[in-house]
Amino acid sequence: MAISQISYELAHLIGATVLMAGFQLLYQRRLFAVLNTFAFQAVALAAAAAWQAHIQDAPHLYVTAVIALVFKAMIVPFALHWLVEKLGIQRSVETAMSIGWTMMAGVGLVALSILLVLPVTANAAALTRESLALAMSVVLLGLLMMITRRNAVSQVVGFMALENGLILAAVSAKGMPLVVEISIAFSVLVAMTLFGIFFFRIRERFDTLDLHDLETWRGDRQ
Amino acid sequence: MNSLLSQIAQIFLVVALAPLITGWVRLVKSRLNGRIGASPLQPYRDIYRLLQKEAVVAHSASWVFRAAPYVTFAAVWLAAAIIPTFTTDIVLAPAADLIALVALLAVARFWTALAGMDVGTSFGGLGASREMMIASLAEPAMLMVSFSLSLISGTTSPAHIIGFILGGGIGIEVSMGLALAALVMVAIAENGRIPIDNPATHLELTMVHEAMVLEYSGRHLALMEGAGMVRLTLFMALIGGIFAPWGIATPGAGTAGLALGLGGFLAKCFVLATALAVFETMIAKMRVFRYADFLGGALLLGLLATIFLYVSEAV
Amino acid sequence: MLIASALSALLALALLGVLAGGEMWRHRVVYFCCGLASLVLLAGGLKHLGTTPGTGPEVVLPIGLPWMQAHFRLDNLSALFMVVVNLSTAAASFYGIGYCSHLPEPRRVTPFFPLFLFGMNAVLIADDAFMFLVSWEFMSLASWLLVLADHKKPENRSAAMIYLMMATFGTFCLLTCFGLLAGAEGGYSFPAMRKATLDSTAGFLVVALALLGAGSKAGLVPLHAWLPLAHPAAPSHVSALMSGVMTKVALYGLIRILFDLHGQVPWGWGPAIMVIGGVTAVLGVLYAVLQDDLKTLLAYSTVENIGVVMIGLGLAIAFKGSGENMLAALALVAGLYHIVNHSIFKTLLFLSAGAVITATGHRDLGRLGGLLKRMPWTGAATLVGAAAIAALPPLNGFVSEWLIFQSLFKGPSLPHWAMKFGVPVVGAMLALAAALAAACFVRAFGIAFLGRPRSREAAEAHQLPYSMRLPMAALAALCIVLGAMPVTVTDALSGVVFPLTGVHFAVSSDLGWPWLSPVSSTRGSYSGTVLVMVGLGLFAVTILLVHGFGTTRVRRADAWDCGHPEDIPESQYTGQSFAQPLRRVFCSSLFGARETVRMPEPGDMAPASLKVRLIDPIWVYLYLGIGRVVDFIADRVNRMQFLTVRRYLLMMFATLVFMLLVVAVRQQK
Repeated sequence: MAISQISYELAHLIGATVLMAGFQLLYQRRLFAVLNTFAFQAVALAAAAAWQAHIQDAPHLYVTAVIALVFKAMIVPFALHWLVEKLGIQRSVETAMSIGWTMMAGVGLVALSILLVLPVTANAAALTRESLALAMSVVLLGLLMMITRRNAVSQVVGFMALENGLILAAVSAKGMPLVVEISIAFSVLVAMTLFGIFFFRIRERFDTLDLHDLETWRGDRQ
Repeated sequence: MNSLLSQIAQIFLVVALAPLITGWVRLVKSRLNGRIGASPLQPYRDIYRLLQKEAVVAHSASWVFRAAPYVTFAAVWLAAAIIPTFTTDIVLAPAADLIALVALLAVARFWTALAGMDVGTSFGGLGASREMMIASLAEPAMLMVSFSLSLISGTTSPAHIIGFILGGGIGIEVSMGLALAALVMVAIAENGRIPIDNPATHLELTMVHEAMVLEYSGRHLALMEGAGMVRLTLFMALIGGIFAPWGIATPGAGTAGLALGLGGFLAKCFVLATALAVFETMIAKMRVFRYADFLGGALLLGLLATIFLYVSEAV
Repeated sequence: MLIASALSALLALALLGVLAGGEMWRHRVVYFCCGLASLVLLAGGLKHLGTTPGTGPEVVLPIGLPWMQAHFRLDNLSALFMVVVNLSTAAASFYGIGYCSHLPEPRRVTPFFPLFLFGMNAVLIADDAFMFLVSWEFMSLASWLLVLADHKKPENRSAAMIYLMMATFGTFCLLTCFGLLAGAEGGYSFPAMRKATLDSTAGFLVVALALLGAGSKAGLVPLHAWLPLAHPAAPSHVSALMSGVMTKVALYGLIRILFDLHGQVPWGWGPAIMVIGGVTAVLGVLYAVLQDDLKTLLAYSTVENIGVVMIGLGLAIAFKGSGENMLAALALVAGLYHIVNHSIFKTLLFLSAGAVITATGHRDLGRLGGLLKRMPWTGAATLVGAAAIAALPPLNGFVSEWLIFQSLFKGPSLPHWAMKFGVPVVGAMLALAAALAAACFVRAFGIAFLGRPRSREAAEAHQLPYSMRLPMAALAALCIVLGAMPVTVTDALSGVVFPLTGVHFAVSSDLGWPWLSPVSSTRGSYSGTVLVMVGLGLFAVTILLVHGFGTTRVRRADAWDCGHPEDIPESQYTGQSFAQPLRRVFCSSLFGARETVRMPEPGDMAPASLKVRLIDPIWVYLYLGIGRVVDFIADRVNRMQFLTVRRYLLMMFATLVFMLLVVAVRQQK
């Protein structure tokens, strides 16, 4: 038990690193820094998946880890990086809410997810509860990022961070089939491609990626 | 009796060691910058030289200006005497806990800030005002770290916390990780290191701590600089003691245990000092108004560390 | 008996104060006698505080309404507050001997001052609701008259108006609260109230009304709006009492109701009160750090400290409601300790503000500076007070904050989720308030007493008479003593909390005398005594080392001017510039702080200007909102003055029918 105790604790520590990266995403003010932090979060996620593969003795999770490492830590950040440079998007992150308040809201969301997870999994071991609380916090932070950022690129990053939380939950729970993971990974890739095309279209049409500016074009506002 | 001897040894150890650690940080930084750098013993020579020089005091300065270096140094020294360095068996351990430690550092800051304002130049005021702004977030962050440590170990006394962790009271906790991150951020701010403040700057507008002590010279400056060095040692003892307590002698340890503790403490200091130098070389200083986000982040990390304990059922 | 004679002496002194007229020596005699009476009362309180806890002697006087007699009783809680009150009143009275001649109209102050003292003391020993409320009103009205002392300034008149409204509101709430406590039998004496049982609705209302009534007097956010207007408007020795002591009398009322008269307050009020306290502390100190007016700054800082005390009281309620009586005693001791401390250093700081105003004629920080050299005594005492209120060891303010933190850290051990999540947040607020208080008082002391004088009056400030300096020195000495000997204080307080929590609280349980270790010795401990001794030792060693190894030569020179030889005091940091980083960090979203800078064109000789605009969200959204609603209703009601006779009759008829309907419906039940 002692050894598995430590391995679970390590798993939680890696999970907490993913969460911290989620907070870092809220804190960054430069677009490239956001992308780098996102890549870091994906690396941490890959480490979490690999560690889970090791302790659960589930080799398919190694595939998940590799997918996370290749797609989310390399391809997606590079692609977004390229897009940002190609489109000449403004490099600073425009926030709809000051960073201090956003982070406080983030802590509130973490507290909320802990409160939610505790009664739901009252019978489960503390180990599962902790991973579930961590994963849920990452999901909520991703959502928060999507809400509080005006720039479309950071919104996409928020979406991907949210999805990182889902994968974190999936790898921590035993018996999640590999197919699900692969399909999630590919859906993200497709979404990424779609977003890319979408960016180009928005930009051609409106000359900006600031969604605040796009609002003025909505039919009901005119 | 042993605890009294250890206490006296520790009181003089922290003061004797502090310039060496600062010298080492400077040396590693210069090497990383591609310079040869001064010997790590240079701070001793600097302090001795400053002590020999006459102190220049501005006409407009009052007694607060002249008393402040002594009070600041004594307060930091007292704080450093209480944090266990090589053994937890020291007489003064029950005299102050982490909360009192934060407050002792606040005493030093209070007097330094007042001294900065005493001469009546704009730079002293600038430094004091920024220092108090930084402290207004760094202090609560450190108190939140104390909070989560006290929830984990059931005590706020650093000696008992270290004893608890050494006794295998906890494994690797998420909360401990968060608390460590918060404490490191606080330590950076409290010691005026990059990215919050630059200890080597001589451009007035970017200074915080250096602006407050701008008017000091001679022995007063030596004391102010010495207080800064002891403070750095204090934080290294705190971080090394709580998050890597291995090696520290506990009550009842023999001479070998004390020697091991001493060696461990020296090793930890040099690892942390090297890490600090590498970190400072890699990173750029922040704008003043980004401090709030950085330290607010530390405060929130401390809060998260507390909240996360409820999930892992450590409480 | 002694207490009774001292109290009647105060009433007689009020009469003498009226007769004092224009002769200054008569005023001085009145103040001197007030001080003596306070000392007598102080001795009475201290003497009783030393006795074993229990219900004190009861005194029944045949005054008041014919079928009700006036009950007085001095128990341990009353005795403690009697000490708190009379310590400060004694200092303020002796200070008044020298200060009264500097007042614009001493005749408007001297008669009401003893009345104010009488009112506060009578509240403490009242043992029935009737006497309590009468004395409470006595205290309110006397202080209202004192706020109006300088009635020629329009802002003082409006401050007094707002104060009167809030005081009326508070008394109304307390009246209703006592009505509920008396229960159906209508027993208005406190022993009868303790016996009465409350149903849950009435119990809830009692707590809410007590918080509104006593909280409005104490300055809880959002009921604090009157406090920073009214406290500074009074003469400084009265401000000291209003801020340092009258708020404590309000807290006495709250403690009396919540812990004594109301049998069991449910634990759920604990977190609620703690959050109110936390918000009060943070908002209070944020306001304080932005103020330029010395006395307003101190008044806002009172709001902060009341919040700190409330955190302790809320914790005590949560612990007591959950059956953790030992921890409840710890939290209550912490709160009471802070009450004692705050009354001392706040009185000291207000007296010092009065000294500054007397010596320079200015209370705006922007016109002060360099006073430490001109007024070394006042400056040193103020420095002690500032360090104590900034919660720096080894002074008294730190000990009480340490105790509050220690009891806060035990908060999550309760099985309620509201406590588990609420306590860390409140802890962060308390820590933030403590750190900001340090910034606030570095700013206040640094700008007023250090640096170079910012006005001619500050440069020519003069030393004050001994009667004004000695009370300040005594209070400063108390700050040091109460900080260096914390165990003595907590032992005295444990007798006070015993009747309220049912446990004997021994804070220095297992380590022995100078060590303050609540719960257990491994839990965390503090010793002001040892810290002082070791600190002084290290201080001496530092001096010996530095002077042994180095030289003691000093040369006086000009300050480093950075190449700007024009050496004008205006180049110093001002209060506003000191507050600017804090304002930007904390207040831009909270108070909507906005700066507008007006820079003249190059060549234009007009001075540049920086304007800061702050919005007090509570004032704007709560009070002005209420004001608008009242205006609206008044507007509507106003129309009723212009109705025809027939319509008036219709209204009376409708009212009559409505009342009859109510009676009919009640009878059906």
